[in-house]
Amino acid sequence: MPATLEHVFREEWGRVLASLIGFLGDFELAEEAAQEAFVAAAERWPRDGTPANPRAWLLTTARNRAIDRIRRDRTLAAKLRLLDVRMTTEDAVDETTIPDERLELVFTCCHPALALDAQVALTLRTLGGLRTDEIARAFLVPEATMAKRLVRAKRKIAAAGIPFRVPPAHLLPDRLAAVLAVVYLIFNEGYGGRGELAAEAVRLGRALAELMPDEPEVRGLLALMLINDARRDARFADGSVVLLHAQDRSLWDLDQIESGRGELDRALALGGRGPYVVQAALAALHADEHPDWAQIAALYRELARLTGSPVVELNRAVALAETGEVEAALALVERLDLRGYHYLHATRGELLRRLDRVPEARRGYERALELVHSDAERRLLEGRLGKLEV
Amino acid sequence: MKYMLLIHQGTTPTPGTDAWENLSQEEQNEVYAAYQQLNQTPGFTPGVQMREPETATTVRVEGGETLTTDGPFVAVKEALGGYCFFEADDLDAAIELSARIPAARMGGAVEVRPIVECRRPWSTSFVRSGDAFWPA
Repeated sequence: MPATLEHVFREEWGRVLASLIGFLGDFELAEEAAQEAFVAAAERWPRDGTPANPRAWLLTTARNRAIDRIRRDRTLAAKLRLLDVRMTTEDAVDETTIPDERLELVFTCCHPALALDAQVALTLRTLGGLRTDEIARAFLVPEATMAKRLVRAKRKIAAAGIPFRVPPAHLLPDRLAAVLAVVYLIFNEGYGGRGELAAEAVRLGRALAELMPDEPEVRGLLALMLINDARRDARFADGSVVLLHAQDRSLWDLDQIESGRGELDRALALGGRGPYVVQAALAALHADEHPDWAQIAALYRELARLTGSPVVELNRAVALAETGEVEAALALVERLDLRGYHYLHATRGELLRRLDRVPEARRGYERALELVHSDAERRLLEGRLGKLEV
Repeated sequence: MKYMLLIHQGTTPTPGTDAWENLSQEEQNEVYAAYQQLNQTPGFTPGVQMREPETATTVRVEGGETLTTDGPFVAVKEALGGYCFFEADDLDAAIELSARIPAARMGGAVEVRPIVECRRPWSTSFVRSGDAFWPA
């Protein structure tokens, strides 16, 4: 398939599928119909030329295929809510009347009655337009496992009556948090090295910001992802993690950092003070040439208050140490209940080294090495431990 | 959509137990009031009241022989304590209603199960369609 065609497909898949689900009320039928329409487009467009309005063409074709299927299959018809829809609409869909139902789609995919891994997979498949084998590869599971996960989730949506709608006001804050958590989880999977997932999460974040322009947390998450992703190429060298102060800044994508700062400004102007906005502000401060560690520590305190997370407190300890308060930072670390977390021990090791308590520092790094999983982080820790012994 | 709500009491104090007697009058009244409100909610149908899970007998047949064991199929703490029905637009409505069932906040949980709907739910006549039997 030509690259331009593939690009159109990726751009249009989510919107076309969302409209079809809204029209048909059935995930599986909508996905089959969309699939058929995209296959037809791949055959015809290179031969006959791309239609003037690709989205309307795809939607019309998909709708007509679905209606054909329903006509052939009466049990299917009985199952669906479609008998009251215009069964005779064979004419082209008018683009101006196609509602954008991607928001309904994302809230359905991220419904808390679905398991988190299913929410992630469904969001990537439906809104992101990734194929099942691509999602399977990204999450390192066999394709059959991923296919089963997707089918089970779609069946549950239908059987349990998970609504296809934007949640009402009293449910919206919780449900929005669930959607953002899914996107951020996808981003973090990518941040650990699989860049295509990070790029996909940024794309989803942009779509959400377009669909919910006045939600500060949506912009906060987008800003956070843009700024952190901009440093991706500088985070690894020779298979080892490179810490912020040692990163080659010429590898940073400065335009993307600027666009992240722009999103952060808009989030703050909207009155955003939630966890994603605070994290974005922290990411922005970290990207400054001379980070203001006192302000960073203060923002971590605010984030710890919002989230109650000991991991955030650990980050605050690191910031405190950077301001010169190493003793206070160590006291904070010693209070945290994160015994099984390798970053706690690595941080402890580093703080003890700065306090010239070398034997204890060594034990900290050794404990961190016992707990670490990522090879890139292992190499960083081994390097630090090695320097300690010199 | 029709849902069956399966109420698992878990450690929820239930009338007739010491734990229930240890609740204040106010707490007991809240539980009764919650059930009363549920009963008045459109679409809600209460189930019949079940005796405590300790009184259950579990029956299975192996090699033609009927075997009985004392107690519920699952552990006593996980046993079904009650059930009710709710007809609602969607799962969100069923979740909101379930959250109002006292067991959900007092140490137990409510399982929301969609019910298979057919036009004549109690009909025993079926028509054959393909390989599957469907209610007429």
